[in-house]
Amino acid sequence: MPSFSDTTAAADPAIADSRSVGPVLPQTAHFDVPLPLACGRTLPQYDLVYETYGTLDAARANAVLICHALNASHHVAGFYADDPKDIGWWDNMVGPGKPLDTERFFVVGVNNLGSCFGSTGPLSTNPATGRPWGSDFPIATVEDWVDAQAQLADRLGIRQWAAVMGGSLGGMQALDWAIRYPSRIRNSLVIAAAPNLSAENIAFNEIARQAIMTDPEYHDGDFETHGVKPRRGLRVARMIGHITYLSDEQMEAKFGRQLREGLKFSFAPEFQIESYLRHQGEKFAEYFDANTYLRVTKALDYFDPATRENGDLALALAPATCKLLVVSFTTDWRFPASRSREIVRALVRKRRDVSYAEIAAPHGHDAFLLDNAQYHAVVRAWFERVAADIGVRAVFPEPSPA
Amino acid sequence: MTDLVNGNTALPPISPAPTSHNGVARADYATIGGWIAEDAHVLDLGCGDGALLAYLAATRGARGYGVEIDDAGVLACIGSGINVIQSDLERGLAGFDDAAFDVVVLSQTLQAMRRIEPIVGEMLRVGREAIVTFPNFGHWSHRLQILRGRMPVSSSLPYQWYDTPNIHLCTVADFDAFLAERGYPVLDRVVLARGRAVRFAPNLTGELAIYRFRE
Repeated sequence: MPSFSDTTAAADPAIADSRSVGPVLPQTAHFDVPLPLACGRTLPQYDLVYETYGTLDAARANAVLICHALNASHHVAGFYADDPKDIGWWDNMVGPGKPLDTERFFVVGVNNLGSCFGSTGPLSTNPATGRPWGSDFPIATVEDWVDAQAQLADRLGIRQWAAVMGGSLGGMQALDWAIRYPSRIRNSLVIAAAPNLSAENIAFNEIARQAIMTDPEYHDGDFETHGVKPRRGLRVARMIGHITYLSDEQMEAKFGRQLREGLKFSFAPEFQIESYLRHQGEKFAEYFDANTYLRVTKALDYFDPATRENGDLALALAPATCKLLVVSFTTDWRFPASRSREIVRALVRKRRDVSYAEIAAPHGHDAFLLDNAQYHAVVRAWFERVAADIGVRAVFPEPSPA
Repeated sequence: MTDLVNGNTALPPISPAPTSHNGVARADYATIGGWIAEDAHVLDLGCGDGALLAYLAATRGARGYGVEIDDAGVLACIGSGINVIQSDLERGLAGFDDAAFDVVVLSQTLQAMRRIEPIVGEMLRVGREAIVTFPNFGHWSHRLQILRGRMPVSSSLPYQWYDTPNIHLCTVADFDAFLAERGYPVLDRVVLARGRAVRFAPNLTGELAIYRFRE
């Protein structure tokens, strides 16, 4: 290790950030009790990979579950000691003195079933065959994920979450917790989510799936056994997805019609936006699994709690007894504010405790992951109330607002 | 006990009106509280920091929601544990069902709204009763200032003409006529001056008008 290692480390944002939870270690919980899935099949056994930050209090009352969206994982906050640049995906939200303050709350990030980051999924070995599940891995739903998360809660001795929180697809899980496990959740934070996908949303997902499934290296999902990966399909899927996470306004501000080197009358990337999307696609194709992508987009498409009540969302949400915070972002067109307002309206109809913040942000759907003073202040204020409700005190004084 | 100008409701004892977020006592709270039944379901439009809902929850066990467009107000409500829905009243109350609330309150917000008739109509759609409060433009001090050729500035209208959010000011007589023309029965009306109900010439002596009416 060179002698200037400390300096180098301090220059790293995660390490320099005194409000980081610091180095974290993922853990694995193995479950032998079979998990029945919505598709009718049963997972005989499974692993869930998770991380925790903060300390579970004696009453086990201060636990907060973070649910991830399409391509994220259990790595919510902090960084890995052997890879300090691998910072958790919601590190600006979760940490000491951050809106979800790990000095007060015990925060759990969990990787969902069917993912490719350690929890049982298409890359895992099917115990029945001794080979990777691959294309045979079942399509798990939001409800299946939440059922598995409930098993993890039992394992951790958490009878009731102080809060379950998620953005986008994660928000759908937070909503499902509120509906189907009302006694196990005190607060649900449903951020940049929707009560179901619109036809347009499903259409985008289907294009992404088609991109993957028509890649010659897809091999009906058994590409692993062929020693290849449908990278081209994954790239295109990610490029399409990425466009829907940004706003037109933000893309215009960031890229506009900027060229890399001028027009060359070729099909090489000429506009900056082209090269940006290609770069995002390349990165994604390296770390993500095609079978996972196909299945997670299906979980999105299938989520629709109102169908259980003949399309009556208010009736579907009626079992929820927790307090709910619904947050949307003005430029989000993937899950526009109007979709969040549907959730709010249904909860108001049933006289549930719900608050709704519509955050003015230019960043589109991605805004839920980004810094925004009002957004973070709202979440912080919400968790102040949660802390007061369950009687948790800050160990350290509050940081002054930025 | 608050006197009514033309009401006949026996009022229960009410705690002293609280001091709102900005330190200004809100004299209308006690009157409104007196009109809210125990455990009523209330919608407070333009709820600001949620102080009225907090007051009604504490004194009447009322529950419900505030509607607020301003970020700071929404944040304050969430910090106080008040249910708040961030929304622009000018867009109507599409997020609320017909007759969903016992009472819908519009406290000192009417005069700042662009479209008065639609919001009053929406209040009566989603609530069985409406409570509206507004600064009385007919107060003698305002009349005097206009006679002197200047736009009124007072404790109830603390703005200069060029920076006022108030675009639809009216008098007690104006609002009486507004309700009468639409056939909305007035259930109660209290006009306050310096926090006390005035009986004599309320349109001349009153600073703050508080109405309770229905469709």
